[in-house]
Amino acid sequence: MAVATSAQATSRREAPGTSYGRKLLRLNWLGGTAGWLWLVIVIVPIYWIVITSFKDQSAFFAQNPFALPAEPTLANYQLVIESDFPRYFLNSVIITAGTIIPAVAIAFMAAYAIIRGAGSKFLAGVNGLFLMGLAIPLQATIIPVYLLIIKMHLYDSLLAIILPSIAFSIPLSVLVLTNFIRDVPKELFESMRVDGATEWGMLRSLALPLTRPALVTVSIYNGLGVWNGFLLPLILTQSPDKRPLPLALWTFQGQYSVNVPAVLASVVLTTLPIVVLYAIGRRQLLSGLTAGFSR
Amino acid sequence: MGTRAAGQVGRSGPVAWMALPALVFFLVFGVVPLFGVLVLSFTQWDGIGAINPAGLSNWRSVLSDPGLPHALWVTFEIMILSWLVQTPLSLLLGVFLAGRQRYRAFLAVLYFVPLLLSSAAIAITYKALLDPNFGLGAGLNIGFLTQDWLGKDNLALGVVIFVVSWQFIPFHSLIYQGGVRQIPTTMYEAASIDGAGRLRQFFSITVPQLKYTIITSSTLMVVGSLTFFDLIFVLTAGGPGDATRVLALDMYKRGFQANLMGPASVIAVLLVLIGLALALILRRLGGSTTASQQEGA
Repeated sequence: MAVATSAQATSRREAPGTSYGRKLLRLNWLGGTAGWLWLVIVIVPIYWIVITSFKDQSAFFAQNPFALPAEPTLANYQLVIESDFPRYFLNSVIITAGTIIPAVAIAFMAAYAIIRGAGSKFLAGVNGLFLMGLAIPLQATIIPVYLLIIKMHLYDSLLAIILPSIAFSIPLSVLVLTNFIRDVPKELFESMRVDGATEWGMLRSLALPLTRPALVTVSIYNGLGVWNGFLLPLILTQSPDKRPLPLALWTFQGQYSVNVPAVLASVVLTTLPIVVLYAIGRRQLLSGLTAGFSR
Repeated sequence: MGTRAAGQVGRSGPVAWMALPALVFFLVFGVVPLFGVLVLSFTQWDGIGAINPAGLSNWRSVLSDPGLPHALWVTFEIMILSWLVQTPLSLLLGVFLAGRQRYRAFLAVLYFVPLLLSSAAIAITYKALLDPNFGLGAGLNIGFLTQDWLGKDNLALGVVIFVVSWQFIPFHSLIYQGGVRQIPTTMYEAASIDGAGRLRQFFSITVPQLKYTIITSSTLMVVGSLTFFDLIFVLTAGGPGDATRVLALDMYKRGFQANLMGPASVIAVLLVLIGLALALILRRLGGSTTASQQEGA
C-alpha cells in the first residue's frame, strides 16, 4: 500500500524536489505576507487613535495624520475626565464585577453538577437548555427583558443591566467549564469521597483549584463582553449617572463630534483598563480560549 | 458510576441543586423572554402603557412591509459577505499563527487588541478615520481614501463588513490556531513522504481536519452576525437611508424609537428563528455521528 502510494506520488511529480520546495516557499510566503499585512491593518488605526488623542484640534487639522504631535497635549484627556468619565468608569466596574463574580460562580456550580451528576435526566436537560442558548441571539429577547425589568421596578438602575447580563453569560461559561471539569480524573473525586468529603467540599477543594485557568478565561471573556456591552444599558437605563463607558462614549461623541482628538482620547481612556488587564492575563486568556473552542 | 454502585441514595440530590441558581437565572432572563417575545408579537404595546391583545395584526403589517425583505436582504448580505471575507483570512492567519516561532506568538498578542475595544469605540474610531473632510484620506491627500464612505449605500455596506472583519478575524484566527495545533504532525510527515506539497497538504489535510473548527467558527460568525447591533448603530445608524438597516437595528428602531413593541417583537421572533435554523443547518453539516465534537464546539 505504502509502496503503491509513494510510487504514484513519484510519477505525479515531474521534477521531484524543486516543485515541493517551490510550493513550500509559496505557501509560507502567502501566510507570512498575510500575517504581517494583517498586523499593519490592525496597528494603523490603533496608532492613529493614540497619537491623535495627544494633538490639539489645530494640529489635528494641519498635520500629517501619522506624524507624532509636535506639541503633545493632555487637554483632551482633561476634557474627557471632566466630562464625568470617572463616574462612568465606576459604573462599568460595578456592572462588570457585579455580573462576572456571580455569573462565573453559578456557572461553575452548574458545570460541576452536570459533570458529577452525569446520568441524571434533569441535569442533561439543563445542559441541553444551555447549549441551545448558545444558538439563540439573546439580544432578540431584549423587549421582554425590558418589560420584565420595568415590572421588577429596576428600570434605570445598574442592577437592570447586571441581572440579564448574568443570564446571558451562563451558556458559554457552562460549556467551557464543563469541558474542563470533565478532565479532572474521576479517581480523585472517588478517593476524596471515600475520605468523607461532601460534593460541596470536593467542588471547593478539588474542582475549583484544578480548573482555575478555565475560570480566569471564562471571567475575562465574559467580562470583556459585559464591559463593552452597549444594547442593555441603551435600553434599560436613561439617566446620565447610570451610563457605563460604551454608552458614555457614544453620547460624548455626539456632543463633541467636531473635536476628534477629544473623542479619540475618550476611546483610549475607556480601553486602557482592559489593555492593562489583558497585559496581565493574556497568556491564560489566549491559551484558554483556544482550548475552550477548539475541542 | 462508582458513586452509583456505592448505593448512595439521593446522591444526585446535592449535585442537582448546584445547577439551580444558573438554571433560574437563565429561565427568568433567557427562556421566559424567549416565549415572552412570541406572546408580545401578538399584542399592541407602546413600551409604557397597557399591553393589549392585537391578534395577527402585527404579523400581517410586518410581513407585508417592504422594509422587511430589505432588512432580511441586508442582514444576509452582511452575514454572507463577512463570512466570505473572514473565513479564508482567519484560516490563513490561524495556520500562520500555529507555527511555533516566537515572533508569531508576539503577533498573536497584537492581533487580539481589536477584541479589547468595544464595538462603540471601534465604530467611533472608524467614523472619524473615514471622514471625507477630516479623516485619514484627506489628511494624507490620498484620493482613493477620500470618499464619502458612510454616505453611499454600497460603500457603507463595505465599510461595515471591513470593520466587522477587523474586529473579529483575530478571534477566529485564534480558534483556527488551536485547531491546527491539534492536527497530528504524523499526518503531514506521511503526506510529505508521499510527495504531497505544502499546498496540497493544506487542502487535503489541514482543511478536512479542521472541519469541526470551521463549523464552530462559522456558527459563531453567522449567529453572531445577527447581533451586530451596536457597531452598526453607532457607525451608520442603519444609513445612508436604510442601506445598512439589519434586522436587529430594525427591531430596535420599531420598538424603542417608534414605540411599536408589537411589530418589533415580530422581528425579534424572526431573529430567533433564523438563529436557530442557521445553527441547526451548520450542525447538520457537521454530521450526526459527531455529537461529542459538537458538544465541545
